Amino acid sequence: MNLNDFLLTNGAGFEKLNILKIYIQIFRHQLLNKNIYLILIISLVFAISFWIGFNVNLLPAEASINAPIYDELFKILFIIGLIIFIGMTIAVIYSLFKFRRRNDQIGDGIALEGNLSLEIIWTIIPSIIVLLIGLYSYNIYDRMGGMKELNHNHEMMSSNTEKIWAGISQTSDNEISKNNLSIEVTAMQFAFLFNYPKGNFISGELHVPVDQKVSMQMESKDVIHAFWVPEFRIKQDIIPGQPTILNFTPTKVGKYPIICAELCGPYHGGMRASIIVEEESDYNDWFNKNKKTEVNL
Amino acid sequence: MTISIDPQKTNNESLQPKGWLRYFSFSLDHKVIGIQYLVCGFLFYLIGGTLASAIRIELASPMSDFMPRDIYNQVLTLHGTIMIFLWIVPVVNGAFGNYLIPFYVGARDMAFPRLNAVAFWLIPPSGLMLVASYFVEGAAQAGWTAYPPLSITTPQSGQIIWIISVLLLGGSSIFGGINFIATIIKLRRPGLKLMQLPMYCWAMLGTSLLVVLSTPVLAGTLILLSFDIVANTGFFNPVLGGNVVVYQHLFWFYSHPAVYIMVLPAFGLVSEILPVHARKPLFGYTTMVFSIMGIVVLGLVVWAHHMFTSGTPPWMRLFFTIATAFIAVPTGIKFFNWVATLWGGKISINSAILFSCGFIINFVFGGITGVALAQVPFDIHVHDTYFVVAHFHYIVYGGTVFIIFSSIYHWFPKATGKMLDEKLGILHFIITFIGFNLCFAPQHWLGLNGMPRRVAEYDPQFQFVNQISSLGALLMAISTIPFLINIFLSARSGKDSGDNPWNALTPEWLTSSPPPVENWEGEAPLVEEPYGYGKELSEQK
Ligand code: HEM
Ligand SMILES: [Cu+2]
Ligand SMILES: [Cu+2]
Repeated sequence: MNLNDFLLTNGAGFEKLNILKIYIQIFRHQLLNKNIYLILIISLVFAISFWIGFNVNLLPAEASINAPIYDELFKILFIIGLIIFIGMTIAVIYSLFKFRRRNDQIGDGIALEGNLSLEIIWTIIPSIIVLLIGLYSYNIYDRMGGMKELNHNHEMMSSNTEKIWAGISQTSDNEISKNNLSIEVTAMQFAFLFNYPKGNFISGELHVPVDQKVSMQMESKDVIHAFWVPEFRIKQDIIPGQPTILNFTPTKVGKYPIICAELCGPYHGGMRASIIVEEESDYNDWFNKNKKTEVNL
Repeated sequence: MTISIDPQKTNNESLQPKGWLRYFSFSLDHKVIGIQYLVCGFLFYLIGGTLASAIRIELASPMSDFMPRDIYNQVLTLHGTIMIFLWIVPVVNGAFGNYLIPFYVGARDMAFPRLNAVAFWLIPPSGLMLVASYFVEGAAQAGWTAYPPLSITTPQSGQIIWIISVLLLGGSSIFGGINFIATIIKLRRPGLKLMQLPMYCWAMLGTSLLVVLSTPVLAGTLILLSFDIVANTGFFNPVLGGNVVVYQHLFWFYSHPAVYIMVLPAFGLVSEILPVHARKPLFGYTTMVFSIMGIVVLGLVVWAHHMFTSGTPPWMRLFFTIATAFIAVPTGIKFFNWVATLWGGKISINSAILFSCGFIINFVFGGITGVALAQVPFDIHVHDTYFVVAHFHYIVYGGTVFIIFSSIYHWFPKATGKMLDEKLGILHFIITFIGFNLCFAPQHWLGLNGMPRRVAEYDPQFQFVNQISSLGALLMAISTIPFLINIFLSARSGKDSGDNPWNALTPEWLTSSPPPVENWEGEAPLVEEPYGYGKELSEQK
């Protein structure tokens, strides 16, 4: 029954009722209508999913340019996922209750073998959702620099001739700035070594200045390892025989773990290092203390 | 070519032992072989589960203190390999496939009974060999993925035994696949059309196509890997100019389809179970068939989503993102159809239906994290972390293992003529469901926050959540107790089930329980509507 019908049937006493009462009656009346339950439940599922999506944080601190971009994608996927999961779970549990066989009930359910329009709907809607997610994650990946050409900063001699196989790039040729910090990463069982070509020294701890692009070329001496900093939301395998690159810009001063994420032998779980993001002046102090002026053999 | 089977000849009964002894014989009866697969698989499941418990005990504390680190990696590798190649794959394909497919197509046995028996008898020796390698020089310890160069540099004997046993198991699965395809295509009873087959046949047809197309690639790859290990060749060895990333492509070209080899049959089984207990036809038969075939085709072109952080160029990352995400569409259709099958039914709430519904809920969860993982920028953070461990356990345990249990509750009366106890069954379901979610749900958080997978030690801040996970694993271990008690008690002194306790319409129920050697006393019945619930033909008295 819609508002018009309601007013028609209750028209006589209309003036005497106050507005609030009318609404209460309409609401009661429509509660009898099943669709309102459905709409109510769907909006509840959406509300809960959005609430959880915006209020429950499952991720560690954001410490690089990539991190907030990643978290944006995560939030969207989390909300869509919650809506689908909660919706499906309610549908299953509801059917188990509502359509359970009561004691000494006999016979079968309805002989419904399909419903073409329903099946078309649940083919097309998921296709659209999946397509939109795909386009959106392309956009995210692009903003992370993923679609940039895989060019390592050419300051290092070694990288001129070598083919870069994979990685995440935030710099392209014309973007290379003077400030760009180049580091060569060597992984081996079970340690990371960081070579600072400008200062001609090797460190076991990665020091980088905050808010500056860092460009790493990585190679492994033995088996496959991976360079992962959870707070930066980046990871790249380090592969023997195939140099890879990883560029990132830290945004928050602090000390974060570098974790090897590829099984590399018995001590894989212990293969960790630290990345120390510091103010430029602190970084320069550290750099000058370590740099060697004489040319290495 | 026509294949004709004379059951009197192939099942030469005077040569076949009777009674329980036939389960230890080279029996050619598809029903015996099916049970052999199931029991053998379950024994390996107990071994794999014990190894899992050892992993969870180690991870209850942040230090590596329960076992030496290299042993931990062996345990991890054996656990993964056993669960996949000796439990899931043989059981959802070999066990239920062998038992059910001949019934479903109206045949008296599989197309090649001898090949069938060979396929089964390859499994126990290769499994035992794999487990025994631990006692030689230590088992393989490069993970079930055996990535070189790690697999080339770890102790050789374990890795080589691992390769041989996976090759034999792969061979067994190819023999099985050929047999299923031939049986479904060629042995159908006259008058039975393809589009009248029960859905499990379609699932097994799709799965067997995947097995036959992709397993040979794994075999070739592992043979090359073994050359690298024993003969110092350089296919994958970077020191000799080999390419380690090529191995990953070849490996995942098999191993992604392998996850469909582990779930498609489960999709088929649940499609048989739901209509029977909901007393409703399977919703959307035709779309189900097309989505199975869609999954088969897409499943072959998504493998590089396991390599997003490896040596893959940007364009490749994108292509595989899109292909992978689109698998969600045919998969989603199936889930909507199952819920629609329940909708408006008269559902008997029993162990079989509970495990099936648990499967739907768990798998939807694992599918959602799967679509997220397919997005390159998302995966770059969580690849090779506990997030992935959680994801694939939601698929393979929450999905497939739940369906295996559901199927056991559903078909136990068929194979034995006895009912399983429902109280114990529901208890089994409740403990498994809680334990499973307690064990694996928290692992998503661990991965997101910085715990990589395949580690024996971790940052102490993760201890509490790991202990919750271990508690869940303990519950899962406990949950097998009511199950085993139930099986043994019911097999010995369970209530008689009669021939068709569920009033089901699929052909395996239209004969005695347990069925005679030749499946039907007379001619095989022609079942044109295996899901005709709610129509006159099935109205119960
Ligand atoms: C009994 C319950 C189970 C528990 C408690 C359990 C636990 C675990 C744990 C803790 C890991 C180590 C993860 C890592 O560090 O990478 C793991 C790995 C794995 N599990 Fe399970 N699991 C169970 C059942 C299963 C089942 C049924 C399968 C079936 C396929 C399975 C397949 C795997 C695979 C493939 C791996 C990866 C192995 C590798 O990295 O080589 N698990 N499991
Ligand atoms: Cu490592
Ligand atoms: Cu995959």
